[in-house]
Amino acid sequence: MNIMVKVAGAAALALGLAGAASAQEKLKIGFIYVGPVGDHGWTYQHDQGRKAIEAAFPGKVETTFIESVPEADSERSIEQLARTGHKLIFTTSFGFMEPTLKVAAKYPNINFEHATGYKRAKNVATYSGKFHEGRYVQGVIAGKMTKTNTIGYVASFPIPEVVAGINAFMLGAQSVNPNVKVKIVWAATWFDPGKEADAAKALLDQGADIITQHTDSPAPLQQAEARGKFAFGQASDMIRFAPKGQLTAIIDDWAPYYVERARVQLEGKWQSQDVWDGFAKGKVKMAPYTNMPDDVKKLAQDTEEAIKSGKFNPFKCPVFDQSGKEVKCEGNGALSDGQILSMNYYVKGIDDKLPK
Amino acid sequence: MIGFWESILLTVITAATPLLIAALGELIVEKSGVLNLGVEGMMAVGASTGFAVATLTDSSSIGVLAGIAAGMALSLIFALVTLGFAANQVAAGLALTILGLGLAGLIGAKFVGTSRIAIPPIHIPGLSDLPGIGKLVFGQSPFFYLSVVLAVGVAWFLRRTRAGLSLRSIGENHASAHALGLKVLRTRLLAILFGGACAGLAGAYLSLVYTPFWSPGMTAGRGWIALALVVFASWLPLRVFLGAYLFGAATILQMHAQAASMGLPSQALSAFPYIATIVALVLISMRRVGATPAPGSLGTAFVPPR
Repeated sequence: MNIMVKVAGAAALALGLAGAASAQEKLKIGFIYVGPVGDHGWTYQHDQGRKAIEAAFPGKVETTFIESVPEADSERSIEQLARTGHKLIFTTSFGFMEPTLKVAAKYPNINFEHATGYKRAKNVATYSGKFHEGRYVQGVIAGKMTKTNTIGYVASFPIPEVVAGINAFMLGAQSVNPNVKVKIVWAATWFDPGKEADAAKALLDQGADIITQHTDSPAPLQQAEARGKFAFGQASDMIRFAPKGQLTAIIDDWAPYYVERARVQLEGKWQSQDVWDGFAKGKVKMAPYTNMPDDVKKLAQDTEEAIKSGKFNPFKCPVFDQSGKEVKCEGNGALSDGQILSMNYYVKGIDDKLPK
Repeated sequence: MIGFWESILLTVITAATPLLIAALGELIVEKSGVLNLGVEGMMAVGASTGFAVATLTDSSSIGVLAGIAAGMALSLIFALVTLGFAANQVAAGLALTILGLGLAGLIGAKFVGTSRIAIPPIHIPGLSDLPGIGKLVFGQSPFFYLSVVLAVGVAWFLRRTRAGLSLRSIGENHASAHALGLKVLRTRLLAILFGGACAGLAGAYLSLVYTPFWSPGMTAGRGWIALALVVFASWLPLRVFLGAYLFGAATILQMHAQAASMGLPSQALSAFPYIATIVALVLISMRRVGATPAPGSLGTAFVPPR
């Protein structure tokens, strides 16, 4: 269900009534979320970014969000924000891409920011995080930690971001363990704790001893913890759900980007662009490395540092696809950003067929 | 290998139990002639209240009771509107879902991001450790035994008791039942409350056993699946049982098929539980002549003549 939440400080309201703020109208910024702000994962992190905007420009901005918006039915929610005076609108899931572009075409004076997409327009910018950098580090840890040489992967939908994540994970795991296997279950949802837990159980039952996930709830992690196995948190630090089971988590930190975009909008300097940052700019971070021996921890830290400093790229050439064919190297010694953002094949060693 | 199948079966049971409990509650409601589409909302409120109270009192049992009470309280609003004011049941039920989901978020807001230890399965020394069947028969979650008792109890109540007969006749034709001196509104009120209690219980199961944390949206459509099960099971309790388990089994097995990389498209596998359940239950209904149709007065308001 869509719940529209207005966030307006009482003090700001009092000011408005007194007429003091009437000279300058507050900038209204809207957010469309795919899950509930309480998912403690993906949407939760975006909402932290929204709160950061509120904190950075007190009295100057007003933010609104609509949560749990189904991707297929998001157009009217986006339009609702456009019609109610929002001048900057963030749509924070891959599936909002086409609806965002459609609404943006109708409202040329409103600026839109779409997360994880690849289609832009004059008033539509895109932004994302290089989550695959974190997935590579996870792969290294998993490859070292697994005793059964089998890792379970709870995936959501076969979109490039998720596929690139699986590939980076596998490359990381292979770099330290040539015998490692990954089993993948597509839960066909971003957020359904029960189903995600069932997927994790199925993977554990089939011999996986480490679980990683690209769905948004802490349920798979919690299942691994309950069975005395290990897993990784998703999108935010989920150590509270698995104090003995979480190895680390990829943390998405949207706050600096959101504050920056609100600032250029306030200054009237907003322009369409595409930003894709990772470890280097702090958009993707790793939660503390826990529940692992010191040598694995050291290796993980070194890998993170190498990626951060630019010394190492998870998709450094040569990369081989499932059939063993070498993927054309279009970047500088590694796959280009465009190649990663449109990835629709598994790398060598993944014994499964990619759903298309 | 036995361990593997046993483990799958245990997972199937945990997936089927909440659907079964919620669907049995709705079955009684619909048999009395009332259509309550608010199952999803009542389930969500049961889940958030159950988790909140369990955290505050540090007692999962009190949490479960609170979840049941919360489901009942919400269903009481529905009863007031549809029985008291004879309002449209479809509209009231949909409103109840929206209200329930919002209310659940509000109740649970302070508890997002915390987790609890799941209510453990029972353990009877000796019996639960028997090889093979020990864990399946004597080592399940208390909710599993409750759901089985509930299924048998509901079937027995409708088929074999006088009160069950009254409830069914009220659902078939409320005017005639009223003329016979049966208490239409009182029976329906009790049925609605029972439905609310079951939905609340199913919700508490989600947040205290299945995935022991609270998060808005965690019911993820299970209330709607329960509603659909009642219809496709032709309002028969044992068929509801079958349907819930079929759906649970199909859900788990398709995941195992994926994990074993059998090369089938995952999109088709994800749709499989829904298709399998619908096809199976429709086939069963077609085969038998005289399958129970919907209760005659289902969804219509009753205003006692003065």
